[in-house]
Amino acid sequence: MYTLGIDVGSASSKCVILKDGKEIVVGEAIQVGTGSTGPKRVLEICLEKSGLQLEDMAEIVATGYGRFSLDFTKSQISEISCHAKGINFLVPTARTIIDIGGQDAKAISLDENGRVKQFFMNDKCAAGTGRFLDVMSKVLEVKLNEMQEYDSRSKHAASVSSTCTVFAESEVISQLSKGLSKEDIIAGVHQSVASKVSGLVYRASAIDDVVMCGGVAKNAGVVRAMERVLQKKITVAPTPQITGAIGAALFAYEQANK
Amino acid sequence: MSEIQDMNSKQLLAMYQEKLDEEARQAKKEGRLVCWSASVAPPEFCVTMDIAMVYPETHAAGIGARKGALDMLQVADQKGYSLDICSYARVNLGYMECLKQAALQGGESEILANSPAAKVPLPDLVITCNNICNTLLKWYENLAAELNIPCIVIDVPFNHTMPIPQYAKDYIAAQFKYAISQLEVICGKPFDYDKFLKVQEQTQRSVAQWNRVASFTQHKPSPLNGFDLFNFMALIVCARSLDYAEITFKKFADEIEENLKNGVYAFKGAESTRVCWEGIAVWPYLGHTFKSLKTLNSIMTGSAYPGLWNLTYTPGDMSSMAEAYTRIYINTCLDNKVNVLMDIVKDGQCDGVVYHLNRSCKLMSFLNVETADAIQERTGLPYTSFDGDQTDPRNFAPAQFDTRVQALSETMESRK
Repeated sequence: MYTLGIDVGSASSKCVILKDGKEIVVGEAIQVGTGSTGPKRVLEICLEKSGLQLEDMAEIVATGYGRFSLDFTKSQISEISCHAKGINFLVPTARTIIDIGGQDAKAISLDENGRVKQFFMNDKCAAGTGRFLDVMSKVLEVKLNEMQEYDSRSKHAASVSSTCTVFAESEVISQLSKGLSKEDIIAGVHQSVASKVSGLVYRASAIDDVVMCGGVAKNAGVVRAMERVLQKKITVAPTPQITGAIGAALFAYEQANK
Repeated sequence: MSEIQDMNSKQLLAMYQEKLDEEARQAKKEGRLVCWSASVAPPEFCVTMDIAMVYPETHAAGIGARKGALDMLQVADQKGYSLDICSYARVNLGYMECLKQAALQGGESEILANSPAAKVPLPDLVITCNNICNTLLKWYENLAAELNIPCIVIDVPFNHTMPIPQYAKDYIAAQFKYAISQLEVICGKPFDYDKFLKVQEQTQRSVAQWNRVASFTQHKPSPLNGFDLFNFMALIVCARSLDYAEITFKKFADEIEENLKNGVYAFKGAESTRVCWEGIAVWPYLGHTFKSLKTLNSIMTGSAYPGLWNLTYTPGDMSSMAEAYTRIYINTCLDNKVNVLMDIVKDGQCDGVVYHLNRSCKLMSFLNVETADAIQERTGLPYTSFDGDQTDPRNFAPAQFDTRVQALSETMESRK
C-alpha cells in the first residue's frame, strides 16, 4: 500500500511517498512554497521518480501552511502533529523537537509514545525563522547553503542583538561597513537565531533526545549555535526538511487502515 | 409586553441594543445627560440619576465586529495615538474625534457616514474605573479634556493578595459615595437612595440570569456554545442595571434549558473536544475564530472574560458592592487568577486552553504565559496561545491561529 504526505510550507514544498507505512519510496523538496508551482512540481517529481500515479495512493494527507490549498486531498493535519509523527518514525528516542521552517519556529515535547505533549511556536515575528536567515544571506551576499561553511571559519562571533529582523538587518549592514568579517557576522546571525528559538525549547522542557528538523536544520552553523545555547547534544533528523511530509504520509497510512 | 414575550433571545438582544442607542440619542436630543462609561464601572449611580449610558468598549467591539475598526483607528493614528495603545481606546477616541468635528463644523464626515458604527451621541460626562486596566484612566481623562466635560474616576486598587482586606472595600465604598456627590452636583438634584436600592436589586437580577446562562457550559455535551456569551455580553455590560438584560438572559437561559431537556446540544452530535478561551474575543475575526474551532468539533465551554460581569453583591450594602467591583479576576494577583481559571477549566470540563495574547490588553496578556504554565502544571492539559487583538485586525493572522488550534485539537484528540 502506498500513501502520500505533502508538506506545503511558506518557503518550500515537500512530498513523500511511503510504502506500507514503513519504507520511504521517495522524498523530495522544492524551494518554493504555497501559492507557487512548488506543490504541483514536487508532487510530479515524486510520482515520476517512483513510477506511481496519484490513483495508486491509498490515502493522501496534506500539512504545512498551505495544507488547505490542495485540490487532491481533503485530509489536512497540522505540521506540529506531522513533525512529531515523522520524527518519532525516524528517531524514536526523541522527546524534544526543534523545527525551524520558513516562517515558523517551534519546539514540541513528546511523550514516550511519540505523541505531542505540548508545543510552543514563535509569535508574529520573523526573528528566529528561516526567513530571518534568508534576509541575512541576501544582505551578506552569501548563499543560504554556504552560510554554515562561513560559520565554521569564524573566530569570534559578532553580536547580533536585535530581536527584530529589520533591526538586525541594519545591525548586520553596520557591522559590514565596520569591516567585520562575513564569517564572524554569520556566526553571530546563527547565534541570534539560537537564542531566540531556545526560549521556546526551554518552555518545552528541553528533555533529551533533542532532535532538530526543518530546512534550517541543514545549516550546521545554526545547529552548533543551538547546542551551545542549550548546552545539549542535538541530533539532526535524517532528511530534516521532509520530516513533516513523512509524518503526513504516516498519518495517511493510519487513515487508510482505519 | 406580549410582543417581548413572543421574541426569542436573539431578537431581544438586537432590539435592546438598538433601544439603548436610541435612548441615548433621544436623551441628547431632549437635553438630558449622556454618560460614556467604562465597561466594569458601576452603572448603578448614573442609572439612579436617569442618565443615559453609552459603553465605548462595547461600541468599539461592535465597530470591530462589523469590520469598521480600521477607519476609526486611522483617525486616532492621525491624532497621534500610539499603535501600542489599546485598540478599544483608539477606536473610541477616533469615533469621538469624528463626532466632535461633526459637532464643531456641522454635518457628518465621510468616515462617519460610511462607518458601520452604531450611532451614539457625544457624552456630557464620563465615568471610569481602573478595576480592569489603567489605560482607562488616561483614555477617559482624554475624552473629558477633549470635550471639556466632567470625568468621574472610581479608583479600585489592584489586589496583590487575597482575600480582599476590609480597608480596600472601605476605600472603594468611599469612592462610590464621592461619585454620588459629584453626580448630585452635575445633575443638580439629590441622589435618590430608595431608587438606588431598586437599581441595585435590578442589577443583581440581571447578574443572576447572566450567571444562569453561563452555567450551561458545565453540561457535557454542552447545550451552549461559549461564543454566544461573547455575543450576548453586550447587555450585561450596557444594561445590567435595567431589566433589558434580565429579560433577555432569562429568555436565553430558558431556551437553552428547553434544548437541554430535549437533548439538543450546541454542536448537535459533533462535540468532540472542549476548550477554555482565555482573553477577550478577536472581534473583527469572531466568526473566523469560532468557525475554526467548530470545524475541529471543538466547543468553547469556558472563558473568564464573560465572567468579569459576575458582579454579585448584597443590595444596600456599599461594602459588598465595593467587593464585587474589585474582586474581578484581572484585578487580582496571579495566584487568584490561576484559581479562577482553574475553576472555569474544571466546571467547563475542558480538554485544553486557548490563550489570546492580545496586543491591546497588556494586563490580561502579560500574565498569560505564567498562567498557562501554572494551569498546565496543575491539570496536565495542553494549551496553545496565539497573537491577536480585540479590535485592531492588523494584529491577527488567521492562518497562524488555525495552525495552533488545529494542533491543540489534535493533541486533545490523541489523549482520548
